[in-house]
Formats: sequence, C-alpha cells, structure tokens
Amino acid sequence: MLRGQNKKMSFNSIKNEFAGRSMVTFFGAFLILLTLCLVFFIASKGLATFYHSHLSPLEFLFSTQWKPDREIGEGGPAVGAAVFIIGSVLVSSVALLISTPFSVALAIFMTEISPGLGRKLLQPTIEVFVGIPSVVYGWIGLSVLVPFIRQSFGGLGFSWIAGSLVLSIMILPTIASVSADALRAIPGDYREASYALGATRWQTIRRVVLPAAAPGVLTGVVLGLARAFGEALAVQMVLGNTLRIPRSLFDSTVNMTSIITMDMGNTVMGTAWNNALWSMALLLLILSFIFILAIHKIGKRRSSVK
Amino acid sequence: MKIKSRTTDKAATAFFYMVAGAFVFLLLLFVGYILYHGRERLNLHFIFSAPTFMKPGGGIGPQLFNSLYLVVLSMLITVPIGLSAGIYMAEYAKPSPLTRGIRFCIETLASLPSIVIGLFGLLVFVNATGWGYTLMSGALAVAVLNLPVITTISEDAIRNVPSSIKEASLALGATHWQTICRVIIPSALPALITGLIMTAGRVFGEAAALLYTAGMSSPALDFSDLNPFSYKSPLNPFRPAETLAVYIWKVNSEGIAPDSRQIADGASAILIIAVFIFNIVSRFLGRYLNTKFSGTTK
Amino acid sequence: MKKLGRVRSIAVVTALIFTMATILAACGGTNGNNAPSQQTNSTAAQGTTKPDNTSTSGVSGSAMAVGSSALQPLAEKAAQMFMEKNKDARIQVQGGGSGTGLTQVSSGGADIGNSDLFAEEKLPADQAKLLVDHKVCVVGFATVVNPKVKVDNLTKKQLIDIFTGKITNWKDVGGDDMKIVIINRPSSSGTRATFKKYALDGAEEAQGKALTEDQSGTVRKAVAETEGAISYLAFSYIDSTVKPLKYENIEPTADNVKSGQYPLWSYEHMYTKGEAQGVVKAFLDFIMSDEFKTTITELGYIPNSEMKVSRDK
Repeated sequence: MLRGQNKKMSFNSIKNEFAGRSMVTFFGAFLILLTLCLVFFIASKGLATFYHSHLSPLEFLFSTQWKPDREIGEGGPAVGAAVFIIGSVLVSSVALLISTPFSVALAIFMTEISPGLGRKLLQPTIEVFVGIPSVVYGWIGLSVLVPFIRQSFGGLGFSWIAGSLVLSIMILPTIASVSADALRAIPGDYREASYALGATRWQTIRRVVLPAAAPGVLTGVVLGLARAFGEALAVQMVLGNTLRIPRSLFDSTVNMTSIITMDMGNTVMGTAWNNALWSMALLLLILSFIFILAIHKIGKRRSSVK
Repeated sequence: MKIKSRTTDKAATAFFYMVAGAFVFLLLLFVGYILYHGRERLNLHFIFSAPTFMKPGGGIGPQLFNSLYLVVLSMLITVPIGLSAGIYMAEYAKPSPLTRGIRFCIETLASLPSIVIGLFGLLVFVNATGWGYTLMSGALAVAVLNLPVITTISEDAIRNVPSSIKEASLALGATHWQTICRVIIPSALPALITGLIMTAGRVFGEAAALLYTAGMSSPALDFSDLNPFSYKSPLNPFRPAETLAVYIWKVNSEGIAPDSRQIADGASAILIIAVFIFNIVSRFLGRYLNTKFSGTTK
Repeated sequence: MKKLGRVRSIAVVTALIFTMATILAACGGTNGNNAPSQQTNSTAAQGTTKPDNTSTSGVSGSAMAVGSSALQPLAEKAAQMFMEKNKDARIQVQGGGSGTGLTQVSSGGADIGNSDLFAEEKLPADQAKLLVDHKVCVVGFATVVNPKVKVDNLTKKQLIDIFTGKITNWKDVGGDDMKIVIINRPSSSGTRATFKKYALDGAEEAQGKALTEDQSGTVRKAVAETEGAISYLAFSYIDSTVKPLKYENIEPTADNVKSGQYPLWSYEHMYTKGEAQGVVKAFLDFIMSDEFKTTITELGYIPNSEMKVSRDK
C-alpha cells in the first residue's frame, strides 16, 4: 500500500529521497573509508621496521632486548618489544581482575536490586567517572596512590599494582554500563519463573539472571580490556617505566603506551627506533580488531544458545 | 534450608548496597580531593588570565578557551557525519556486507586507543596537510575519536523513536526521507542532545590524542581581535592550541613556574567542574526537550 | 517546497565534495615515510620571502620553531619579546621533543628545529649535513639525590658504578646503609644522552634496573619522595626538595660550567636548513644578543657567549 502512494509522489520528493539516501549511505560508507585510511597510515609506518629497517617481526614480538640507541657496529639497534607487550598484558589483566567483580556487582545493583537508585544516583556517578580526564586520574594516582603504596607496602610506590588500580577505576564505567545493558535485556519471565519456583532474589540473580547475561557481561569485559590496553597518560605517570618484566605486584614495570608517549617526540621519524614505536601503535590497532572480533564471536555464541 | 537462603539473600542485598555505596563514596572522595586542593584557584582571575613564565600567579584563560573552541570545532565536523551515518544505520541499512562492514568499523574505531588516533592525526592532519600543530588538526583528530560514539548515539536515539510515529507519517504520504527529517529526528532530538553534550564533555578532557596534534604551546592571544584569519585572533583555527587537559599534563611534568603544583590542582578542579556542568546541562536540556516535545504531540 | 529541495541537494553535493576532498587530501598526502618535502608550508614560505632588514626593528614575516621541550620556555619567552619589538614579525614556538624538531626542520615543515643534541647524534649523516647549527645557550646538569642521602660528592667512577648497577647501596660510597634507587630518563631523551656521554663516559646502563621518567617535574617529585633516590636534573629544575651533588668535588654552579671545570652541561641548539635568512635570522640574532642575555640567565640557562670552553661534538 505504501508503495502505491510512493509512486504518486512528485518528482521532487523522489529526488530528495534519493539525495538524502545517498548522503547518509555515503557517510555510512565513509566510516569504512576512515578505518581503512587509519589502518593504511599506521601500517605504512608500523611495517617500516620490518621492510625498511630490516628487523625481524619475530624479534620485535618475542625479544626482550630493547637497545634502539645502540650503534650498528655493536650489534645494531635491537627493538625487542616483548617487555612492553608483556607489561601491557600484565597491567591490564590485573586491572580487569580488580574491576570486573566490582563492576558486575554495580550492574546487578542498578538492574536487579534498586533500579530507582541506579538511575538517579549510580548512572550519573558512572557518567562523571567517564568524564574525568585521564590526566586527572594520573595526577591523583601520582600524588595519592603512589605515596600510599610506598608507605604501606614499601618499595617505590611506582608499580604494577599502581598502574592496575588506576586502570581498574578507568575501565569500571565501561564494564558496568555494558553489563547493566546485558542484564536489562534479560526478559522478565526468566525472573518471574525463578521467583515462582520459590527462589530468593540472590538465588535468581546467581542461577538465572547472571548466566543468561554472561555473554553480554563478557562483551563488557573485553571492551574494558581494550580500553585498558590503550590508556596512555594516566598509566605512564604511575607505572615507573622500568624496562623489565615485574616479578611482584610492587615492582615497577613498563607498557607499550608509556614507551610510545616517552620516546615518540624524542626520536627522529624514519629511524629504526621511531619505526619500532609505530610498530607498537600498529600492534595496538591490531589488538583492537582482535578484541572486536572476539566480541562478535561471543555474540554469535549467544544467539546460537538462544 | 529456607531460612539459610533467606539470610544469604539478605546478606547479598546488603553486599550490593555496600558496593554501590562504596562506588558513590569513591566519586565523592575523588571530586572532594580535587576541589579541596584546587580551592584556592577557583577564582575569576585564575580562569581568565593568561599563564605567566617563571612567575607565580598565572592563569588558564587561553587554555580554557582553546578547550571550548576545540569542542565546538570538532562537534561541527563530527555531528553531520555521525548523524548521517546513524540515520543510515537505523533507517536504511539492510543486512548486507556493507552494513556489517560499517558496524565492524564503528566498533573498532570506538575501541581504538586515543593515542593511536593521535598518532594517525600526527601523520595526516599535522604532517600531510602541512599545517603543523594546530587547533584544526586537534579538532580533526578528536572528530575521528568521537565519530563512532556519535554514530552510535544517533543510531540508538533514532531506533528508540516509536515506530507508530514513523508509520503514521509514511501513511500520510510522506517519503522516507521526509519522515526522517520532519518526524524522526525531532522525536529523537532530546536523546540526541543529551548524548552529544556528554560526548562534548569527554572531548573537554581528552589529552593523549591532542599531544601530537594540537601541540603543547599556546601563543599569546588578543581577545579583542576577532578576525579568524589574524594569527593573534583566538578564533583562528590554524594556530597551535594547548587545551586545559594538555596543560595539566605539561605543568605537572615540565612546569617551571614556582606554583606549578597549584596551577595543576586548580586546572584539574576546573576540568572536574566543567565535566559536572556538561552532565547537568545535558540532563536538564534532555528533560526539557522531552517534555516540550511530548507536550506538542499530545 | 521546490526551493527547499534544491537548497538541500546543493548542501548534500557540497558536503559530498568536501568529504571527498578531505579523503583525497588525507589519503593521497604521504607515502608512509617522512613528511613529503613537496608540501608547501605557508609559514615557512612567508618566512623566507621577506628580505632581511639589517636593523632588528621593523622585521616582518613569520617563522616557526619546533622541538625540544627543554628549550621551549626560553624560545617562547624570546619569541614574545621579539614580537613586542617587531610588531609585524610572528614567531611560533612549539614543543614536541628534539626528534620532532629535527624531523620537521629537515623536511621543511618548520624553519627552526630546537634540539638538545647535535643533529649528527640523531639524524643520518646526509640529512644532518644540510642543517646549520646555532648554539643558543648552555644547560648545566647536576646529579641530584633525595635529601636524606648523606653523600655530598660522587666521583665519575662511583657514578658509573651506580648507574651500571655495580654499586647498589649508599654505604659503598660513604653514605648510610640504604638501597640506591636510580631514576633515569628514557633512552631517547637528550638529557639522558648528555649525562651518559659526559658523566658516565658512555657506559651503557644495566637494563631493567632503573625507574624511567620522561619529565623533569616528575623526576624531581620522584627523587624528593623516594628514599635513596638518585637522578639528574637541569639546573633550572633544582629546588629545595632535592639535593644536588658535587661531581669530582666540583660544585654544580653556572660559574663552574662557564669556566669549564664542571663538565656536565650541553648546548641547546636551534637548527636551520641552510643559512638562516630574513625573520629567522633576525630572531636567532636576537636570542644570541647581549640584550637577551639577562633573560637567559633568569630562566636558568647559561648564555653561550659567557662560556670559556666550547665543544663541537
């Protein structure tokens, strides 16, 4: 029926319809173009380490020798980035371990325990946490957290755990809001059926709601991990940036974003050293793709379970 | 058994209340700490005057202005593109490889570290264009950062418009495009505005993407000169422009003014207050538009 | 209705063209290596077209100086004073690090490249050859320690042993029984390179022993708060929260640097591609003039003209 009416419309509205539709389609496609552009540019610099400076990708990924300033005569620049990669993984995973239980509990509170308080109090709180600039997180980490760790646990204060704690607060809003969305999406019948069987609220949450929302919660966790991997300034301020794999939570360490922020401005474009930093940026980009692919896999599993 | 599960239930509820309380308390602690330390600087002189070299008493006027101007510029770039892409995804996209591709790109762009986007900006908006570190390069880099967010906000806002409204318009003989422009967008406006202002608040605090694009220096500005092509004019987008967040980073790390610590504290406090203002304004405006809109349709 | 439709389609077309242009400009611009040299930098072009008026007043044109963050405060101050004297001149100063400064000046993106190091140490020889060095001032460094450390002096040998990890306790260099905590600069930093070259005789530090902080402010904070900490800072960053040490029994003072007795210092360079001309030359002349000397001293740097010794590598 609608189609019949469409035919009667004036030429002008059809033209309009066409122009409007073309525009929005174009801008939709523009996002793909932009992503390709981004990948192209970062890759063209990032791959230069391998085809231009002739260093091996395996060495880059697995060697812990980072001596980019060494003369060629003394064994050439060594750009093993394994220390930074491992540092990123360790710092982010501990942040995730701290943050996930807390955020999921918050999400449950907002959706199952007290939706009213959740909307009026917790939602704005989460939004303010998101809005606090990472520089300010880093500043507080440096002036409160680092001295606190130094006084209570000894050591230098600049440490793996300091980085993870700062990160855990920064990724908390992401995990909490994605998990809350997942919990809200669980149909009410699930809960009613559980209550009808005589289960308490806690039992319902633990046995019914949480398992049903697990893929959504997992999506939030992966997004949180992506954010943790990419955070730069706040972490750099508290991590200590020691070029080593930490042996305890109170050891200082280093990660990929720290070395990029520290060295990028001080090295000359086109040198092996600078290229190695771009390779790390490329690695961060690839990791983002991997995280999103993982989320899609999780989503697929969710729909096949249903 | 029954009693035990009741007790567990009560304990669990208490636990969840505690977590929520702790979370809110943490925020209060954060904000309280920042405001307490920055309290001495929360005056008009600090907000409006220019920074000084080596001498105490410098302000953050140009940096604050740069932050605001950057937000406006980047939003001018992002909103048309993001809104269009959002309309496409919500109204026109059929399940096709193109749509799947766009969705994948939106998600990837959204999860990209801001430092990677900053480096991309360095290559493209700073080096390739030959502009050097400028406000415009920074605005473009931030636009890339925000594009997926705004697209998603627009898409959600449009999807949440009740389909009855849309069908009514189509039944009256309007084309799809007319329906979008006249009916769907106005209905989605409250949600759109809320989302946009919140995003703007986030731009305000962005630093990593701006370190390599907008630069870390702020030449003296002449606020009486409003010709956007004059190099001293604050409106000229092709000048290096340090934003407030970048300034905090710089003052902390390289500041040689004797009161750099206080400047950093004061600037942090102002940033936090700005975040609050953005949040409150967006809520208020969203609610206002919502009642206004539902008033006119009913 | 008709009119509206036309306006809208024009808007759509304009938007499309604009976006296409952006994409083309963005994607066609670089080929992945250095910034292309064919790019026309408006400021650079203006900077060199204006002929030099021999007197410093009345110089016009614009120039851009990019690079070293250690030199940035001085350059900004100089630009400010220079522009007050020459109303038509315009000097832009930007940070970004020595590497950025050298990259930009050799690719033509900036007129002046500020660097903490000699270009030869950073750039490939063929590129470094094209640059002209202007040593605008000298920066002195001192080894600094946490105020609780009882040691007042370190010899070169002791310093090398500490930074290479051979000595790990202050009691081995005459202090209390306290662990030594090294706070280093990132290996790309000019300060670190200078320190390594003149204080450590080029000895390579042990990897994974030291904290690394990029910024002077952070280094100072970390040294002030960490027991047993040792690091190095430019004179301008030293305040009462940290304790500067004597090196080979020589006090780290500007006078000792000038006389050449105290070796921990380095030049701050402003590089131009080819000989400086026009407003760039006028600006560099101003920085090295006697008039600007007092400002250099006030900001904690040492005027090059007061140095009794010199280095060329």
